Amino acid sequence: MSDDKFVGIVLVSHSAEVAASVGALAKGLAGGAEAVLVAPAGGTEDGGLGTSAELISAAAASVDRGVGVALIADLGSAVLTVKALLAEEGELPDGARLVDAPFLEGAVAAVVTAATGADLDTVEAAAVEAYGYRKV
Amino acid sequence: MLDADFFRRWMTATATSMNREAERLTALDSAIGDADHGSNMQRGFSAVRAALEEEAPDTPGAVLTLAGRRLISTVGGASGPLYGTLLRRAGKAFGDAAEVSEKQLAEALRAGVDGVMALGGAAPGDKTMIDALVPAVDALGDGFAAARAAAEEGAVATTPLQARKGRASYLGERSIGHQDPGATSSALLIAGLAEAATGASGE
Repeated sequence: MSDDKFVGIVLVSHSAEVAASVGALAKGLAGGAEAVLVAPAGGTEDGGLGTSAELISAAAASVDRGVGVALIADLGSAVLTVKALLAEEGELPDGARLVDAPFLEGAVAAVVTAATGADLDTVEAAAVEAYGYRKV
Repeated sequence: MLDADFFRRWMTATATSMNREAERLTALDSAIGDADHGSNMQRGFSAVRAALEEEAPDTPGAVLTLAGRRLISTVGGASGPLYGTLLRRAGKAFGDAAEVSEKQLAEALRAGVDGVMALGGAAPGDKTMIDALVPAVDALGDGFAAARAAAEEGAVATTPLQARKGRASYLGERSIGHQDPGATSSALLIAGLAEAATGASGE
């Protein structure tokens, strides 16, 4: 059985609270997405605002079920740190990918899609598509 | 030829100057950034110095890749992956060589700077660390002192520019008139290189 092999989601923010809250919101809105693993990687290791490579690596490892990990990042150093880790072997699980998506909307789309058992390409496409939802 | 000891001296000299200049870097960053560049660089290079003492890597490549890895892990801001990529990419270019020539150093740093530009998407003139690093690498063929002077001139020359990358770019024209903190810390990094070279010739 591979029922539990969902794409993992990592939310990389400058703020621990933002990453955790967006993760909780995405899981809440996804409904029935309890089985999807969503890990926040927010702030620095000492709890400040910023980005921690260690927290990102640990978060990605914690949600990896061998079918891919989608990393969604908020700004500047969060994006750059994920890219730098991807450029290095062994820092992130095989199949880890930085997804170009708006942070909150992309997280919701990714979690909802992952909960359907979709593969990483499909999860990524859903998250990227979130850029297109115009509000006005 | 430059051995691992030369590269350790470079990183140590840089850590010392980041400590010394942390307040100035943060003051520059408070004008157009989020006022943490000095403390970030100080924390990052202090961690580099500690890691080098603990692990004592014995090739130039190993010194720079370890330093780059520590910067990515500890800086906490965009400078971490950017400086980390610079040093790691340069270190990888050295492979396992026990010693490298000044020409190889220039080529490795060129590869590192290319990596930084690819990662951050910045080009010369965008008011970033690139504006100090590119002239420094260009001048490296004329020696370490020339590279140091070129980096410092490049950093000063960011003052009239409008930022097009990073947080400062949100300020638009209000970023004009302030020296870029990233270019300033890059000039300190290149100054550390010149200091390491002085130490070698003075021994």
